Amino acid sequence: MIAFMARAATTTDAFNAVAEPRRRQILDTLSRGERPVNDLVALLGLPQPLVSKHLRVLREVGLVAVRDVGRQRLYSLNGHPLKPIHDWVKAYEASWSRRFDRLDEVLEELKDKEDSHGSDSDQWDRGGDAPL
Amino acid sequence: MAATATSGTAVVTLPSDTEILITREFNAPRDLVYTAYTTPDLIKRWWAGERGEVTVAEVDLRVGGMWRYAMTANRGFEVAFHGEFLEIVPNLRIVSTEAFEGMPDSGESVSTLSLSEADGRTTLTLLSRYPSREIRDVVISSGMEGGLQEAFDDLEEVAISLS
Repeated sequence: MIAFMARAATTTDAFNAVAEPRRRQILDTLSRGERPVNDLVALLGLPQPLVSKHLRVLREVGLVAVRDVGRQRLYSLNGHPLKPIHDWVKAYEASWSRRFDRLDEVLEELKDKEDSHGSDSDQWDRGGDAPL
Repeated sequence: MAATATSGTAVVTLPSDTEILITREFNAPRDLVYTAYTTPDLIKRWWAGERGEVTVAEVDLRVGGMWRYAMTANRGFEVAFHGEFLEIVPNLRIVSTEAFEGMPDSGESVSTLSLSEADGRTTLTLLSRYPSREIRDVVISSGMEGGLQEAFDDLEEVAISLS
């Protein structure tokens, strides 16, 4: 929890690695398959030194793997270091799920009321809801 | 708990460094979701989730109008949010600012609630835009703390039911 906030501001952290929108673009692209750097340069429209720099950061945190095939270096995605981020967001999601489960109950009741009262939409005081 | 068994699953994604997007489907038409979302007496019944009791739900539903929700969490402390309505399209969209009163320096986020209906079911999306990545991350972390707390509460319920 709070420990997540105190995480070190280094590039050896998947949180920081994916904070950069261009790096997320690279990960998105690699999620569709292995690519040589030239493909990434063409697809993203970025200068090669910049793409290489981002790839280096992603490799340092283990999000991207590289292998040599003949004269080409192929980059691929390794999603495993994203797990902590996934877990972090999932817990936030859980608290909204509780809220919406309650909202489901309210909606069921509103549906029942509508069925029994026809379409009487003024049964709830909506505060300052001005009709259009 | 009512056995409604109609709920979808809330999905949270982070579309950019400063945003949180929540998506959820409901087995109800759009106007009812809108009503449940904007009517103080109904907000009181769902907004706190399992985390506490809603003590204040004030909604002045017009552009420039203010809203304020407060709850007493199960562990005793008060949590309150307020904001101003920026755009209202009944049954379709509400744009409003949102400030957390426990962190007055954190600035305001802007939330866009959108509802779309198909076959009697409504998809709700809630996009919140925060002033910085740091503030957004604090919001997610606070949700995490709450989420874990709820998980522990559940565990406790299960434990009690077994004893």
